[in-house]
Amino acid sequence: MKLAVPSGATKDVALELKGICKSFGSAVALQDVSFQLERSEFLTMLGPSGSGKTTTLRVIAGFITPDRGAVRLHGRDVLGTPPYRRNIGMVFQDYALFPHMTVAGNVDFPLEARGVRGKKRRKMVSDILEIVGLESLGDRLPRQLSGGQQQRVALARALVFNPEIVLLDEPLGALDTKLRGAMQLEILRVVKRLGATVISVTHDQEEALVMSDRVAIFSQGSLVQMGSPRQLYETPQTEFVADFIGESNILRGRFSSVGGGREIHSTCWRAEAPPSLAEHHGFSEGAVVAFAIRPENIAIHRVSESDATVSELNRPNRCTAVVRDNIYLGVEFRLVVVLSDGQPVQIRSRNLKDMDGFTPGTKIELSWSPGDSVVLRG
Amino acid sequence: MTASSTIARVVFWLAVCAVAAFLLLPTVVIIPISFTTAANTLFPPVGFSFKWYRTVIEDPAWQTATITSLKVALLTMACSVTLGTAAALALFRSQFIGKTAVRALILSPLVTPLIVLAIGVFMVFSRWGLAGTLVGLVIADTVLALPFVVVSVTATLYTVNPNLELASLGLGAGPWRTFRRVTLPLILPGVVAGAIFAFITSWDEVVMAIFLTTASLRTIPVLVWSQVRAEISPAVAAVGSILFVISALGMAAVRLILRDEQR
Repeated sequence: MKLAVPSGATKDVALELKGICKSFGSAVALQDVSFQLERSEFLTMLGPSGSGKTTTLRVIAGFITPDRGAVRLHGRDVLGTPPYRRNIGMVFQDYALFPHMTVAGNVDFPLEARGVRGKKRRKMVSDILEIVGLESLGDRLPRQLSGGQQQRVALARALVFNPEIVLLDEPLGALDTKLRGAMQLEILRVVKRLGATVISVTHDQEEALVMSDRVAIFSQGSLVQMGSPRQLYETPQTEFVADFIGESNILRGRFSSVGGGREIHSTCWRAEAPPSLAEHHGFSEGAVVAFAIRPENIAIHRVSESDATVSELNRPNRCTAVVRDNIYLGVEFRLVVVLSDGQPVQIRSRNLKDMDGFTPGTKIELSWSPGDSVVLRG
Repeated sequence: MTASSTIARVVFWLAVCAVAAFLLLPTVVIIPISFTTAANTLFPPVGFSFKWYRTVIEDPAWQTATITSLKVALLTMACSVTLGTAAALALFRSQFIGKTAVRALILSPLVTPLIVLAIGVFMVFSRWGLAGTLVGLVIADTVLALPFVVVSVTATLYTVNPNLELASLGLGAGPWRTFRRVTLPLILPGVVAGAIFAFITSWDEVVMAIFLTTASLRTIPVLVWSQVRAEISPAVAAVGSILFVISALGMAAVRLILRDEQR
């Protein structure tokens, strides 16, 4: 890729947000949001509605002035710069195509505003229309296009002037599910080809996982955790992230280091502390520890009546449960089981031939490996 | 269809026709009278001729009044469209203290008795030396026409997606370019409709004009008024017909423009 950072260079920070705070009246919209974005990186801001992701996007675009904090584009503070001097491309959720201009007119608009002239300008328009696959539709009006085509026009218009950053506000929200999958890959292809730095906003976790180099999870106006999709899935730091990305079982117990071993106890199970516990200081004897286990990381075992003795409880990372629901999902099946303290636990398994053995009411045994459990903060 | 619903229909349409006749006839009756060959304005007219139209067109008093009326109406249109569009944008887009009061003030000429307004304007303008001047008349008519522009521009602003202006700013167009290339083209139907309303308001206006005009600065409605007081000639009917047709065409144009907008 032509814009790739030369090897050995220090990392090229395209955007930096530092301590952004914003309130609307008494409602806190953003609370101390800080992050950095490298050139050519694709970041998705993910969170439920009202979590502050769109407000963050509008702060970057310059449509909202934060109460505190700094926004730097390639090291340059842009807080005092109006949106039309920031050189940022934005795709709106409803595309916001100018209805009175043709496709080519829409794409040409940012070049006109920048005073690009003549042959170069026409070439830039036709080049980008070709990249998004609309070269034959330049004379159409936006209302004559399908949703997917309008989305491509909006993308072309946001990219044609080589902006420092491209912002996508729920770019696929208005499309139906099938088209959405195709457009995810299409947008990725175009922005990667141009080496664009992109920040996208969505509440669709699959979209975030598919498209992003890194994902920033927002909740209640704060940036909760930021990392690659894999980091977020495998090592969520909080209960919110563990639950928001994929599904998790959250187990709570008390920390114990009696006898040299580091363990977490509850009334119905005993777990060896996962390796990641070392990173979390301050767990004293008896402190409450929460950890997450993904439904696919729990193994299930059938038990005969005679096996279910009290002595089984003494083995770590194992416990008994009763099947509540057994649901067939095609490639896998899902069990909801209830522990003896009443907590429901979700389990997914692809071992479909075993499925019939776990009818509701059956007593079973669960086990997990300590390495698959992740200790959560707070 | 049952008999009772047929009767209901007939009664309904009779009522509609009666109301339409009540509203239209007093105005429309002058049109046949304007083609009379007689020297009086009695209905029904006698014969058919354009002689009263010829009289009007050849009369220097009517010529001067027409030019004055056109000048005043066109200047009023220009002033009220500029001010009214700006006011509509400000009232629609921004939040400021006293916004409701400002809106009410701009719209108040719609509900203020015209004679009260005219007397007030006359007293103030006399002192300022604006009474009897073209500028004074344009200012007064602009006050009357402004609410129509504000209302029709505001109505089209509701149809414009606010993200379009943000998109334009984000794409590098400054506020002025955004207005010229994005906002104005999209609210143009409302602006043009407002302009026509403003023109007609001034073109037909008589109360304010009676106070603010002089023998040397007279609009058509004022001349009609003074002639009618002396003698009722079919020439006045001819002028009335011309005024009526121009206003009717204007209203038809507004309907067409706004209907296209809704499609």
